[in-house]
Amino acid sequence: MNFLAPIGRVFIGFLVATGRLVAFAALSVSHCLRPPFYGRSIGRQMIQIGYFSLPVVGLTAIFTGMVLALQSYTGFARLNAESAIATVVVLTMTRELGPVLAGLMVAGRVGAAIAAEIGTMRVTEQIDALATLSTDPYKYLIVPRLVAGVITLPILVLIADIIGVFGGYVVSVHSLEFNAANYLKLTWQFLEPLDVVTGLVKAAVFGFLVTLMGCYHGFHSRGGAQGVGAAATNAVVSSSVLILAANYMITAAFFGT
Amino acid sequence: MSAPTDKTPKIELRGLKKSFGAKTVLDGVDLKVGTGESVVVIGGSGTGKSVMLKCILGLLWPDGGSILIDGADVSALSGRAREARNARIGMLFQGSALFDSLTVWENVAFALQRRSGVSKPEARNIALGKLAQVGLEADVGALSPAELSGGMQKRVALARAIATDPEIVFFDEPTTGLDPIMGDIINRLIVDCVRELGATAVSITHDMASARRIADRIAMLHDGRIVWDGPAGDIESSGNAFVDQFIHGRAEGPIEMAVRR
Repeated sequence: MNFLAPIGRVFIGFLVATGRLVAFAALSVSHCLRPPFYGRSIGRQMIQIGYFSLPVVGLTAIFTGMVLALQSYTGFARLNAESAIATVVVLTMTRELGPVLAGLMVAGRVGAAIAAEIGTMRVTEQIDALATLSTDPYKYLIVPRLVAGVITLPILVLIADIIGVFGGYVVSVHSLEFNAANYLKLTWQFLEPLDVVTGLVKAAVFGFLVTLMGCYHGFHSRGGAQGVGAAATNAVVSSSVLILAANYMITAAFFGT
Repeated sequence: MSAPTDKTPKIELRGLKKSFGAKTVLDGVDLKVGTGESVVVIGGSGTGKSVMLKCILGLLWPDGGSILIDGADVSALSGRAREARNARIGMLFQGSALFDSLTVWENVAFALQRRSGVSKPEARNIALGKLAQVGLEADVGALSPAELSGGMQKRVALARAIATDPEIVFFDEPTTGLDPIMGDIINRLIVDCVRELGATAVSITHDMASARRIADRIAMLHDGRIVWDGPAGDIESSGNAFVDQFIHGRAEGPIEMAVRR
């Protein structure tokens, strides 16, 4: 029966890791609801996570919107359905690519940074020092990042939606020679509030996941520079995978039959 | 600074135990530290000196035994109660553990600003006063910790540890990584600061020069237990084979280093 032991060990390890993550998440969220609150730290994190992610998210959105227009044109032209391009661009951006791509870009930019910063604080005993200075590390380090992630990602995604649609508009009008007014009319015509709202709900969830994984891996990093590096990698990989999985589940919850 | 023996000890450890997995680090540590006394715990690397301090601070949960401060058991405290207890303790970390996102004076004033309704200029003044106490000019206060040398970082960390006038101060390897002269300067500062505060001090170190300078009493930790405990002046004539081997830094003796196992 020895061959079963490794399988069991892996499975138990998985359960232990999941349990630790859930306990960490529950504790972090409970600290979000109880005072004291560090308003200035939250503000600083919103700038770090939200404002400084604008360039990378904006660039991602504009090129995605442009390529969407170009690709759907080459596809739909075969069916004489070019008028659907505007709708395809706006629905794809707001429902899917806006939140997912912004989430993934922020995971790479912010998740790694959070894990590295908190991980370095862990291995240099700065987190222990916080506890000896009457400051709860959860409240001082983790809560501001989680709150900032949940608040700023929807804002980022809203901006990404607009920039993405603009990218599609630029390509359609200037390169594919669509009528500008007609394109804008078609963009609005089939867009419903729910399309945008689901995208923003996704964004809030992704913001939570990215900051949570960054904090979790940083907080539990061990063993110097290598441990911090591993924490940063794990934060990016795990939050990216969780974003894609959560994306499917949220889509199924809103639009599934 | 001799210990008032007729009173309850400031800190008392009774049978403190801590293991990590199969590895037993503390195996029943008994230690009493009197009010205003300065005790130095010596021992080789990896003998659990830091673990002992972290248990007292509540950063690690002991597996067994009890920790008494002023006669009250604090080993099971959590949350607010733990914060209240830690408010009376200052700690100098081995690597200084200064917050690199804050300036020097903000580091020193950190607990002051968080604890009670101390205004920012007030906290800054207290912080600059503490910096002066450890021999740093006021203009250092505006620098970031990364701009300082190791010795200056240690001084800032010392100023931070004593910023709230704690009743108890812990020193984790205060001279590690410093040259002998800077090490001696830090040792003197520790002695002066502790005397000025009237605080109880527990230091852990493997630097004997530092131990002799700081200690009223020295205790030796080996294999998870205190194997010798006595006045600092008696350390040369302890008659204890472990202590003799350690203070003379000999490879041969009853202490087997972990590398051989």
